[in-house]
Amino acid sequence: MSDLLRVEGLRLGYGRADVVHAIDLTVARGSIVSLIGSNGAGKTTILRALSGLMKPRAGAIRFLDGTPADIAGEAAHRVARRGIVQVPEGRQVFANLTVAENLRLGAYHAPGPEVARRQEAVVARFPRLGERLGQQAGYLSGGEQQMLAMGRALMAEPVLLLLDEPSMGLAPLIVEEIFSIIADLRREGRTILLVEQNATAALGVADHAYVLETGRIRLQGPAAEIARNPEVTAAYLGL
Amino acid sequence: MLEQQLVNGVVLGATYALFALGFTLMFGVMGVINLTYGVYFAVGAFAALWTTQALGLPIAAAVVVGALIAGVLAVAIDTLLLTRLRKAKAPELASLMVTLGATLFLYAGMAASLGTEIRRFPAAVFDGGAYSLGEVRVGATQILIFAAALVLVVALMALVRGSRIGLAIRAVAENPDAAALMGIDGALMLRVVSFLSGAIGGAAGVLVGLNFNAIQPFMGEHMMLRGFAVIIVGGLGDLRGALLAGLLLGLAEVLTAAYLSSTLKDMIAFGLLVATLWFRPMGLFGRAAAKRA
Repeated sequence: MSDLLRVEGLRLGYGRADVVHAIDLTVARGSIVSLIGSNGAGKTTILRALSGLMKPRAGAIRFLDGTPADIAGEAAHRVARRGIVQVPEGRQVFANLTVAENLRLGAYHAPGPEVARRQEAVVARFPRLGERLGQQAGYLSGGEQQMLAMGRALMAEPVLLLLDEPSMGLAPLIVEEIFSIIADLRREGRTILLVEQNATAALGVADHAYVLETGRIRLQGPAAEIARNPEVTAAYLGL
Repeated sequence: MLEQQLVNGVVLGATYALFALGFTLMFGVMGVINLTYGVYFAVGAFAALWTTQALGLPIAAAVVVGALIAGVLAVAIDTLLLTRLRKAKAPELASLMVTLGATLFLYAGMAASLGTEIRRFPAAVFDGGAYSLGEVRVGATQILIFAAALVLVVALMALVRGSRIGLAIRAVAENPDAAALMGIDGALMLRVVSFLSGAIGGAAGVLVGLNFNAIQPFMGEHMMLRGFAVIIVGGLGDLRGALLAGLLLGLAEVLTAAYLSSTLKDMIAFGLLVATLWFRPMGLFGRAAAKRA
Protein backbone atom coordinates (compact mmCIF):
# COMPACT_ATOMS: atom_id res chain seq x y z
CA MET A 1 0.00 0.00 0.00
CA SER A 2 1.33 3.43 -0.87
CA ASP A 3 1.44 6.20 1.72
CA LEU A 4 -1.21 8.90 1.63
CA LEU A 5 0.01 11.00 4.54
CA ARG A 6 3.50 11.32 5.96
CA VAL A 7 4.07 13.46 9.03
CA GLU A 8 7.69 14.27 9.81
CA GLY A 9 9.07 15.90 12.94
CA LEU A 10 5.78 17.59 13.81
CA ARG A 11 6.10 19.87 16.83
CA LEU A 12 3.01 21.56 18.29
CA GLY A 13 2.27 23.68 21.30
CA TYR A 14 0.14 26.25 23.04
CA GLY A 15 1.67 29.39 24.55
CA ARG A 16 5.14 28.54 25.83
CA ALA A 17 4.56 24.83 26.25
CA ASP A 18 5.19 22.20 23.60
CA VAL A 19 2.42 19.62 23.62
CA VAL A 20 3.62 17.39 20.79
CA HIS A 21 7.35 16.75 20.42
CA ALA A 22 8.64 16.04 16.91
CA ILE A 23 6.51 13.04 16.04
CA ASP A 24 6.60 11.00 12.82
CA LEU A 25 3.49 9.27 11.57
CA THR A 26 2.43 7.58 8.34
CA VAL A 27 -0.99 6.69 7.00
CA ALA A 28 -1.15 4.18 4.14
CA ARG A 29 -3.82 4.55 1.48
CA GLY A 30 -6.94 2.48 2.18
CA SER A 31 -6.05 1.75 5.80
CA ILE A 32 -7.28 2.78 9.21
CA VAL A 33 -4.57 4.16 11.41
CA SER A 34 -5.44 4.64 15.03
CA LEU A 35 -3.85 7.06 17.44
CA ILE A 36 -4.51 6.04 21.01
CA GLY A 37 -3.42 7.53 24.29
CA SER A 38 -4.77 8.93 27.50
CA ASN A 39 -6.39 12.31 27.94
CA GLY A 40 -3.93 15.14 27.30
CA ALA A 41 -1.47 12.99 25.32
CA GLY A 42 -1.80 15.37 22.37
CA LYS A 43 -4.06 13.33 20.07
CA THR A 44 -6.59 16.07 19.32
CA THR A 45 -3.80 18.64 18.94
CA ILE A 46 -2.25 16.48 16.21
CA LEU A 47 -5.56 16.22 14.35
CA ARG A 48 -6.08 19.99 14.60
CA ALA A 49 -2.68 20.52 12.99
CA LEU A 50 -3.43 18.02 10.22
CA SER A 51 -6.73 19.72 9.38
CA GLY A 52 -5.19 23.19 9.45
CA LEU A 53 -6.93 24.50 12.57
CA MET A 54 -3.56 24.86 14.25
CA LYS A 55 -0.17 26.01 12.93
CA PRO A 56 2.72 23.63 13.64
CA ARG A 57 5.89 24.98 15.27
CA ALA A 58 8.05 22.71 13.15
CA GLY A 59 7.84 19.72 10.88
CA ALA A 60 6.20 18.69 7.65
CA ILE A 61 2.79 17.25 6.84
CA ARG A 62 3.12 15.62 3.43
CA PHE A 63 -0.14 14.85 1.69
CA LEU A 64 0.57 12.53 -1.20
CA ASP A 65 -2.71 12.66 -3.11
CA GLY A 66 -2.04 13.90 -6.64
CA THR A 67 0.94 16.23 -6.57
CA PRO A 68 2.62 15.72 -3.17
CA ALA A 69 2.48 18.83 -1.02
CA ASP A 70 3.62 19.92 2.41
CA ILE A 71 0.41 21.24 3.92
CA ALA A 72 1.83 22.22 7.32
CA GLY A 73 0.40 25.61 8.26
CA GLU A 74 -2.10 25.75 5.38
CA ALA A 75 -5.47 27.29 6.26
CA ALA A 76 -8.16 24.80 7.31
CA HIS A 77 -10.54 25.59 4.45
CA ARG A 78 -7.77 24.93 1.91
CA VAL A 79 -6.83 21.64 3.59
CA ALA A 80 -10.49 20.61 3.48
CA ARG A 81 -10.62 21.31 -0.24
CA ARG A 82 -7.70 18.95 -0.75
CA GLY A 83 -9.92 16.21 0.64
CA ILE A 84 -8.71 16.00 4.23
CA VAL A 85 -11.90 16.22 6.24
CA GLN A 86 -12.11 16.14 10.00
CA VAL A 87 -14.98 15.03 12.18
CA PRO A 88 -14.12 17.19 15.18
CA GLU A 89 -14.10 16.24 18.82
CA GLY A 90 -17.49 16.85 20.41
CA ARG A 91 -19.22 16.55 17.00
CA GLN A 92 -19.59 20.30 16.46
CA VAL A 93 -22.64 20.01 14.25
CA PHE A 94 -24.27 23.34 13.39
CA ALA A 95 -26.94 23.23 16.09
CA ASN A 96 -29.08 26.05 14.68
CA LEU A 97 -29.18 24.55 11.19
CA THR A 98 -31.25 21.59 10.04
CA VAL A 99 -29.83 18.13 9.45
CA ALA A 100 -30.18 18.66 5.68
CA GLU A 101 -28.37 22.01 5.88
CA ASN A 102 -25.55 20.41 7.87
CA LEU A 103 -25.18 17.74 5.20
CA ARG A 104 -25.31 20.34 2.44
CA LEU A 105 -22.41 22.17 4.09
CA GLY A 106 -20.36 18.99 4.00
CA ALA A 107 -20.60 19.06 0.21
CA TYR A 108 -20.24 22.84 0.03
CA HIS A 109 -17.87 22.76 -2.94
CA ALA A 110 -19.55 19.92 -4.80
CA PRO A 111 -21.60 20.72 -7.92
CA GLY A 112 -25.40 20.83 -7.44
CA PRO A 113 -26.47 17.44 -8.87
CA GLU A 114 -23.68 15.70 -6.92
CA VAL A 115 -25.11 16.96 -3.64
CA ALA A 116 -28.38 15.05 -3.97
CA ARG A 117 -26.56 11.84 -4.95
CA ARG A 118 -24.18 12.11 -2.01
CA GLN A 119 -27.00 12.88 0.40
CA GLU A 120 -28.81 9.74 -0.76
CA ALA A 121 -25.69 7.69 -0.06
CA VAL A 122 -25.26 9.22 3.40
CA VAL A 123 -28.92 8.70 4.29
CA ALA A 124 -28.67 5.08 3.15
CA ARG A 125 -25.77 4.66 5.54
CA PHE A 126 -27.44 6.54 8.40
CA PRO A 127 -31.19 5.97 7.95
CA ARG A 128 -31.93 7.86 11.16
CA LEU A 129 -30.63 11.07 9.60
CA GLY A 130 -33.04 10.54 6.71
CA GLU A 131 -35.96 10.65 9.14
CA ARG A 132 -34.74 13.91 10.62
CA LEU A 133 -33.62 15.93 7.61
CA GLY A 134 -35.80 18.93 8.47
CA GLN A 135 -34.99 18.92 12.19
CA GLN A 136 -32.61 21.35 13.85
CA ALA A 137 -29.36 19.52 14.54
CA GLY A 138 -29.20 20.87 18.10
CA TYR A 139 -32.21 18.74 19.02
CA LEU A 140 -30.63 15.43 17.96
CA SER A 141 -29.35 12.94 20.53
CA GLY A 142 -25.61 12.57 21.05
CA GLY A 143 -25.46 9.44 18.89
CA GLU A 144 -27.46 11.06 16.10
CA GLN A 145 -25.20 14.11 16.24
CA GLN A 146 -22.16 11.86 15.87
CA MET A 147 -23.80 10.23 12.85
CA LEU A 148 -24.55 13.67 11.43
CA ALA A 149 -20.98 14.82 11.97
CA MET A 150 -19.73 11.70 10.16
CA GLY A 151 -22.37 12.01 7.45
CA ARG A 152 -21.46 15.66 6.94
CA ALA A 153 -17.80 14.71 6.51
CA LEU A 154 -18.68 11.89 4.09
CA MET A 155 -20.67 14.39 1.99
CA ALA A 156 -17.26 15.83 1.05
CA GLU A 157 -16.17 12.37 -0.25
CA PRO A 158 -12.92 12.77 1.65
CA VAL A 159 -9.61 11.36 0.49
CA LEU A 160 -8.52 11.18 4.11
CA LEU A 161 -11.04 11.14 6.94
CA LEU A 162 -9.89 12.32 10.37
CA LEU A 163 -12.10 11.05 13.19
CA ASP A 164 -11.64 12.63 16.61
CA GLU A 165 -13.06 10.59 19.49
CA PRO A 166 -16.17 9.35 17.71
CA SER A 167 -17.20 7.29 20.76
CA MET A 168 -16.94 10.11 23.29
CA GLY A 169 -19.93 10.34 25.62
CA LEU A 170 -22.01 7.77 23.74
CA ALA A 171 -23.86 4.70 25.04
CA PRO A 172 -22.12 1.34 24.36
CA LEU A 173 -24.72 0.26 21.79
CA ILE A 174 -24.26 3.45 19.79
CA VAL A 175 -20.47 3.11 20.02
CA GLU A 176 -20.82 -0.36 18.52
CA GLU A 177 -22.93 1.04 15.69
CA ILE A 178 -20.45 3.84 14.98
CA PHE A 179 -17.52 1.44 14.89
CA SER A 180 -19.32 -0.96 12.59
CA ILE A 181 -19.78 1.98 10.22
CA ILE A 182 -16.08 2.80 10.51
CA ALA A 183 -15.34 -0.83 9.59
CA ASP A 184 -17.68 -0.51 6.58
CA LEU A 185 -15.81 2.58 5.43
CA ARG A 186 -12.54 0.64 5.67
CA ARG A 187 -13.98 -2.15 3.50
CA GLU A 188 -15.02 0.44 0.93
CA GLY A 189 -11.39 1.49 0.70
CA ARG A 190 -11.48 4.77 2.61
CA THR A 191 -8.41 6.01 4.42
CA ILE A 192 -9.03 6.98 8.03
CA LEU A 193 -6.95 8.40 10.84
CA LEU A 194 -8.81 7.60 14.02
CA VAL A 195 -8.11 9.24 17.35
CA GLU A 196 -9.72 7.39 20.25
CA GLN A 197 -9.57 6.97 24.00
CA ASN A 198 -11.56 3.77 23.69
CA ALA A 199 -8.49 1.73 22.75
CA THR A 200 -10.32 -1.60 22.55
CA ALA A 201 -12.72 -0.35 19.92
CA ALA A 202 -10.04 1.58 18.04
CA LEU A 203 -7.57 -1.32 17.88
CA GLY A 204 -10.44 -3.57 16.80
CA VAL A 205 -10.97 -1.72 13.52
CA ALA A 206 -7.49 -0.33 12.83
CA ASP A 207 -4.75 -1.77 10.61
CA HIS A 208 -1.96 0.14 12.24
CA ALA A 209 -1.72 1.95 15.56
CA TYR A 210 0.34 4.55 17.33
CA VAL A 211 0.37 4.90 21.11
CA LEU A 212 0.90 8.49 22.18
CA GLU A 213 2.15 9.46 25.62
CA THR A 214 2.65 13.08 26.70
CA GLY A 215 3.25 14.21 23.16
CA ARG A 216 5.63 11.44 22.13
CA ILE A 217 5.05 8.23 20.23
CA ARG A 218 5.64 5.45 22.70
CA LEU A 219 4.80 2.46 20.51
CA GLN A 220 3.67 1.75 17.01
CA GLY A 221 2.93 -1.27 14.86
CA PRO A 222 0.16 -3.37 13.39
CA ALA A 223 -3.00 -2.85 15.47
CA ALA A 224 -3.30 -6.54 16.34
CA GLU A 225 0.23 -6.56 17.76
CA ILE A 226 -0.32 -3.38 19.70
CA ALA A 227 -3.48 -4.87 21.15
CA ARG A 228 -1.43 -7.82 22.47
CA ASN A 229 1.38 -5.67 23.87
CA PRO A 230 1.41 -6.13 27.65
CA GLU A 231 2.14 -2.44 28.31
CA VAL A 232 -0.85 -1.43 26.22
CA THR A 233 -3.18 -4.00 27.71
CA ALA A 234 -2.24 -2.83 31.18
CA ALA A 235 -2.44 0.89 30.51
CA TYR A 236 -5.26 1.29 27.96
CA LEU A 237 -7.28 -1.87 27.64
CA GLY A 238 -7.95 -2.30 31.35
CA LEU A 239 -6.97 -5.98 31.19
CA MET B 1 -55.98 61.37 10.13
CA LEU B 2 -55.08 57.86 11.26
CA GLU B 3 -54.80 56.23 7.82
CA GLN B 4 -52.40 58.89 6.63
CA GLN B 5 -50.28 58.51 9.77
CA LEU B 6 -50.25 54.74 9.32
CA VAL B 7 -48.93 55.14 5.77
CA ASN B 8 -46.24 57.56 6.96
CA GLY B 9 -45.42 55.22 9.83
CA VAL B 10 -45.03 52.18 7.60
CA VAL B 11 -42.74 54.09 5.24
CA LEU B 12 -40.56 55.31 8.10
CA GLY B 13 -40.69 51.89 9.74
CA ALA B 14 -39.49 50.25 6.52
CA THR B 15 -36.37 52.42 6.55
CA TYR B 16 -35.76 51.63 10.22
CA ALA B 17 -36.23 47.93 9.52
CA LEU B 18 -33.71 48.14 6.68
CA PHE B 19 -31.21 50.00 8.85
CA ALA B 20 -31.58 47.48 11.66
CA LEU B 21 -31.34 44.54 9.28
CA GLY B 22 -27.82 45.49 8.23
CA PHE B 23 -26.84 46.20 11.82
CA THR B 24 -28.18 42.91 13.14
CA LEU B 25 -26.61 40.96 10.27
CA MET B 26 -23.24 42.40 11.23
CA PHE B 27 -23.83 41.63 14.88
CA GLY B 28 -25.34 38.19 14.33
CA VAL B 29 -22.56 36.91 12.10
CA MET B 30 -19.51 38.70 13.41
CA GLY B 31 -20.50 38.76 17.06
CA VAL B 32 -19.26 42.33 17.45
CA ILE B 33 -21.16 45.53 17.94
CA ASN B 34 -19.63 47.60 15.20
CA LEU B 35 -20.37 51.24 15.95
CA THR B 36 -19.05 52.42 12.57
CA TYR B 37 -22.36 51.20 11.15
CA GLY B 38 -23.83 54.69 11.58
CA VAL B 39 -21.06 56.08 9.38
CA TYR B 40 -22.11 53.89 6.44
CA PHE B 41 -25.60 55.32 6.80
CA ALA B 42 -24.32 58.89 6.42
CA VAL B 43 -21.81 57.94 3.70
CA GLY B 44 -24.58 56.29 1.68
CA ALA B 45 -26.72 59.40 1.93
CA PHE B 46 -23.87 61.71 0.86
CA ALA B 47 -22.94 59.40 -2.00
CA ALA B 48 -26.56 59.56 -3.19
CA LEU B 49 -26.57 63.32 -2.89
CA TRP B 50 -23.44 63.50 -5.04
CA THR B 51 -24.94 61.07 -7.58
CA THR B 52 -28.09 63.15 -8.00
CA GLN B 53 -26.43 66.58 -7.80
CA ALA B 54 -23.09 66.20 -9.55
CA LEU B 55 -23.92 63.36 -11.92
CA GLY B 56 -27.60 64.24 -12.37
CA LEU B 57 -28.61 60.56 -12.15
CA PRO B 58 -32.08 59.50 -10.96
CA ILE B 59 -32.63 58.63 -7.31
CA ALA B 60 -32.93 54.88 -7.98
CA ALA B 61 -29.35 54.92 -9.31
CA ALA B 62 -28.34 56.96 -6.27
CA VAL B 63 -29.59 54.21 -3.94
CA VAL B 64 -27.36 51.72 -5.76
CA VAL B 65 -24.31 54.03 -5.73
CA GLY B 66 -24.84 54.88 -2.05
CA ALA B 67 -25.09 51.19 -1.17
CA LEU B 68 -21.99 50.21 -3.16
CA ILE B 69 -19.78 52.95 -1.74
CA ALA B 70 -20.92 52.28 1.84
CA GLY B 71 -20.42 48.52 1.33
CA VAL B 72 -16.86 48.93 0.08
CA LEU B 73 -16.07 51.29 2.97
CA ALA B 74 -17.45 48.75 5.45
CA VAL B 75 -15.18 46.02 4.05
CA ALA B 76 -12.17 48.34 4.20
CA ILE B 77 -12.86 49.37 7.80
CA ASP B 78 -13.52 45.82 8.94
CA THR B 79 -10.33 44.58 7.28
CA LEU B 80 -8.27 47.42 8.68
CA LEU B 81 -9.61 47.46 12.24
CA LEU B 82 -11.25 44.20 13.18
CA THR B 83 -9.37 41.44 11.36
CA ARG B 84 -6.40 41.74 13.72
CA LEU B 85 -8.65 41.69 16.78
CA ARG B 86 -10.50 38.65 15.49
CA LYS B 87 -7.24 36.79 14.89
CA ALA B 88 -6.06 37.62 18.40
CA LYS B 89 -9.48 36.56 19.77
CA ALA B 90 -9.65 39.92 21.57
CA PRO B 91 -12.49 40.48 24.05
CA GLU B 92 -15.69 42.06 22.70
CA LEU B 93 -14.99 45.29 24.55
CA ALA B 94 -11.85 45.76 22.42
CA SER B 95 -13.83 45.81 19.17
CA LEU B 96 -16.41 48.09 20.75
CA MET B 97 -13.72 50.60 21.72
CA VAL B 98 -11.92 50.38 18.40
CA THR B 99 -15.10 50.97 16.42
CA LEU B 100 -16.11 53.80 18.77
CA GLY B 101 -12.77 55.48 18.11
CA ALA B 102 -13.08 54.91 14.37
CA THR B 103 -16.59 56.35 14.41
CA LEU B 104 -15.51 59.57 16.12
CA PHE B 105 -12.57 59.84 13.70
CA LEU B 106 -14.76 59.32 10.65
CA TYR B 107 -17.53 61.70 11.78
CA ALA B 108 -14.95 64.40 12.48
CA GLY B 109 -13.42 63.79 9.05
CA MET B 110 -16.80 64.04 7.36
CA ALA B 111 -17.78 67.16 9.29
CA ALA B 112 -14.46 68.81 8.41
CA SER B 113 -14.64 67.99 4.71
CA LEU B 114 -18.38 68.23 4.08
CA GLY B 115 -19.52 70.78 6.67
CA THR B 116 -22.25 70.25 9.21
CA GLU B 117 -25.07 72.17 7.53
CA ILE B 118 -28.10 70.20 6.42
CA ARG B 119 -28.05 69.35 2.70
CA ARG B 120 -31.07 68.59 0.57
CA PHE B 121 -31.65 66.52 -2.55
CA PRO B 122 -32.28 68.47 -5.78
CA ALA B 123 -35.95 69.31 -6.26
CA ALA B 124 -36.10 67.16 -9.41
CA VAL B 125 -35.77 64.06 -7.21
CA PHE B 126 -39.24 64.69 -5.82
CA ASP B 127 -40.91 65.32 -9.18
CA GLY B 128 -42.88 62.10 -9.13
CA GLY B 129 -46.00 63.73 -7.69
CA ALA B 130 -48.40 61.95 -5.38
CA TYR B 131 -51.29 59.52 -5.51
CA SER B 132 -54.51 59.91 -3.59
CA LEU B 133 -56.41 56.99 -2.22
CA GLY B 134 -59.52 58.52 -0.71
CA GLU B 135 -58.18 60.94 1.85
CA VAL B 136 -54.79 59.28 2.05
CA ARG B 137 -52.01 60.86 0.07
CA VAL B 138 -48.97 58.79 -0.85
CA GLY B 139 -46.00 60.55 -2.44
CA ALA B 140 -44.08 58.88 -5.27
CA THR B 141 -40.98 59.29 -3.11
CA GLN B 142 -42.70 57.40 -0.28
CA ILE B 143 -43.55 54.60 -2.68
CA LEU B 144 -39.95 54.50 -3.86
CA ILE B 145 -38.66 54.38 -0.28
CA PHE B 146 -41.02 51.59 0.69
CA ALA B 147 -40.42 49.61 -2.50
CA ALA B 148 -36.65 49.93 -2.24
CA ALA B 149 -36.68 48.88 1.41
CA LEU B 150 -38.95 45.94 0.59
CA VAL B 151 -36.81 44.76 -2.34
CA LEU B 152 -33.63 44.96 -0.28
CA VAL B 153 -35.19 43.17 2.68
CA VAL B 154 -36.58 40.37 0.51
CA ALA B 155 -33.31 40.04 -1.40
CA LEU B 156 -31.27 39.87 1.79
CA MET B 157 -33.60 37.34 3.41
CA ALA B 158 -33.52 35.20 0.25
CA LEU B 159 -29.74 35.36 0.20
CA VAL B 160 -29.25 34.49 3.85
CA ARG B 161 -32.04 31.94 4.17
CA GLY B 162 -32.22 30.41 0.72
CA SER B 163 -28.82 30.44 -0.97
CA ARG B 164 -25.65 28.39 -0.72
CA ILE B 165 -23.59 31.42 0.30
CA GLY B 166 -26.22 32.32 2.91
CA LEU B 167 -25.90 28.83 4.36
CA ALA B 168 -22.13 29.29 4.56
CA ILE B 169 -22.63 32.65 6.28
CA ARG B 170 -24.91 31.07 8.87
CA ALA B 171 -22.41 28.26 9.41
CA VAL B 172 -19.55 30.72 9.94
CA ALA B 173 -21.75 32.70 12.36
CA GLU B 174 -22.37 29.62 14.44
CA ASN B 175 -19.01 27.87 14.40
CA PRO B 176 -16.17 29.30 12.30
CA ASP B 177 -13.83 26.35 12.94
CA ALA B 178 -16.37 23.73 11.92
CA ALA B 179 -17.21 25.81 8.84
CA ALA B 180 -13.51 25.92 7.90
CA LEU B 181 -13.42 22.11 8.17
CA MET B 182 -16.15 22.08 5.49
CA GLY B 183 -13.86 24.06 3.17
CA ILE B 184 -15.58 27.38 3.79
CA ASP B 185 -13.31 30.44 3.75
CA GLY B 186 -14.47 32.21 6.90
CA ALA B 187 -12.52 35.42 6.22
CA LEU B 188 -14.14 35.70 2.79
CA MET B 189 -17.61 35.19 4.31
CA LEU B 190 -16.93 37.93 6.86
CA ARG B 191 -16.00 40.28 4.02
CA VAL B 192 -19.21 39.37 2.22
CA VAL B 193 -21.21 40.09 5.37
CA SER B 194 -19.33 43.37 5.93
CA PHE B 195 -20.14 44.44 2.41
CA LEU B 196 -23.79 43.43 2.67
CA SER B 197 -24.40 45.13 5.98
CA GLY B 198 -22.48 48.27 4.95
CA ALA B 199 -24.43 48.40 1.69
CA ILE B 200 -27.72 47.99 3.51
CA GLY B 201 -26.76 50.69 6.00
CA GLY B 202 -25.84 52.95 3.08
CA ALA B 203 -29.10 52.27 1.25
CA ALA B 204 -31.02 52.97 4.46
CA GLY B 205 -29.15 56.27 4.71
CA VAL B 206 -30.26 57.26 1.22
CA LEU B 207 -33.88 56.35 1.94
CA VAL B 208 -34.04 58.07 5.33
CA GLY B 209 -32.30 61.12 3.87
CA LEU B 210 -34.94 61.10 1.17
CA ASN B 211 -37.81 60.65 3.62
CA PHE B 212 -36.85 63.71 5.68
CA ASN B 213 -34.95 65.40 2.84
CA ALA B 214 -32.15 66.21 5.25
CA ILE B 215 -28.58 64.98 5.02
CA GLN B 216 -25.69 65.79 7.32
CA PRO B 217 -22.65 63.91 8.64
CA PHE B 218 -24.13 63.12 12.06
CA MET B 219 -27.40 61.69 10.76
CA GLY B 220 -26.07 58.18 11.41
CA GLU B 221 -25.45 58.94 15.06
CA HIS B 222 -29.12 59.78 15.66
CA MET B 223 -30.02 56.57 13.92
CA MET B 224 -27.76 54.34 16.00
CA LEU B 225 -29.87 54.60 19.16
CA ARG B 226 -32.86 53.52 17.10
CA GLY B 227 -30.73 50.76 15.59
CA PHE B 228 -29.84 49.46 19.05
CA ALA B 229 -33.46 49.67 20.16
CA VAL B 230 -34.62 47.76 17.11
CA ILE B 231 -32.08 44.94 17.34
CA ILE B 232 -32.65 44.51 21.07
CA VAL B 233 -36.44 44.63 20.76
CA GLY B 234 -36.23 42.20 17.83
CA GLY B 235 -33.79 39.85 19.53
CA LEU B 236 -30.04 40.21 18.99
CA GLY B 237 -28.92 38.86 15.65
CA ASP B 238 -32.41 37.85 14.50
CA LEU B 239 -33.33 39.17 11.05
CA ARG B 240 -37.10 38.68 11.34
CA GLY B 241 -37.09 40.37 14.74
CA ALA B 242 -35.22 43.37 13.34
CA LEU B 243 -37.76 43.70 10.54
CA LEU B 244 -40.77 43.61 12.81
CA ALA B 245 -39.27 45.83 15.49
CA GLY B 246 -38.18 48.36 12.84
CA LEU B 247 -41.70 48.63 11.46
CA LEU B 248 -43.09 48.86 14.97
CA LEU B 249 -40.76 51.70 15.93
CA GLY B 250 -41.51 53.67 12.76
CA LEU B 251 -45.25 53.40 13.38
CA ALA B 252 -44.90 54.25 17.07
CA GLU B 253 -42.82 57.35 16.33
CA VAL B 254 -45.18 58.69 13.68
CA LEU B 255 -48.28 58.05 15.79
CA THR B 256 -46.69 59.64 18.85
CA ALA B 257 -45.70 62.72 16.87
CA ALA B 258 -49.19 62.97 15.38
CA TYR B 259 -51.34 62.38 18.45
CA LEU B 260 -49.17 63.26 21.43
CA SER B 261 -46.24 65.52 20.74
CA SER B 262 -43.39 65.48 18.26
CA THR B 263 -40.96 66.19 21.08
CA LEU B 264 -41.94 62.87 22.66
CA LYS B 265 -41.19 60.80 19.60
CA ASP B 266 -37.48 60.44 20.35
CA MET B 267 -38.38 58.88 23.69
CA ILE B 268 -40.16 56.01 22.00
CA ALA B 269 -37.08 54.10 20.90
CA PHE B 270 -35.53 54.37 24.32
CA GLY B 271 -38.81 53.47 26.04
CA LEU B 272 -39.19 50.34 23.88
CA LEU B 273 -35.59 49.41 24.59
CA VAL B 274 -36.00 49.64 28.34
CA ALA B 275 -39.37 47.89 28.35
CA THR B 276 -37.91 45.02 26.31
CA LEU B 277 -34.95 44.62 28.61
CA TRP B 278 -37.28 44.58 31.61
CA PHE B 279 -39.98 42.27 30.38
CA ARG B 280 -38.52 40.21 27.55
CA PRO B 281 -34.73 40.54 27.57
CA MET B 282 -34.29 38.02 24.75
CA GLY B 283 -36.39 40.24 22.44
CA LEU B 284 -39.31 39.30 20.21
CA PHE B 285 -37.60 36.38 18.50
CA GLY B 286 -34.39 36.09 20.45
CA ARG B 287 -33.19 33.05 22.27
CA ALA B 288 -30.66 33.63 25.02
CA ALA B 289 -27.05 33.40 23.92
CA ALA B 290 -27.90 32.00 20.49
CA LYS B 291 -26.09 33.48 17.54
CA ARG B 292 -28.08 33.44 14.36
CA ALA B 293 -28.36 35.34 11.14
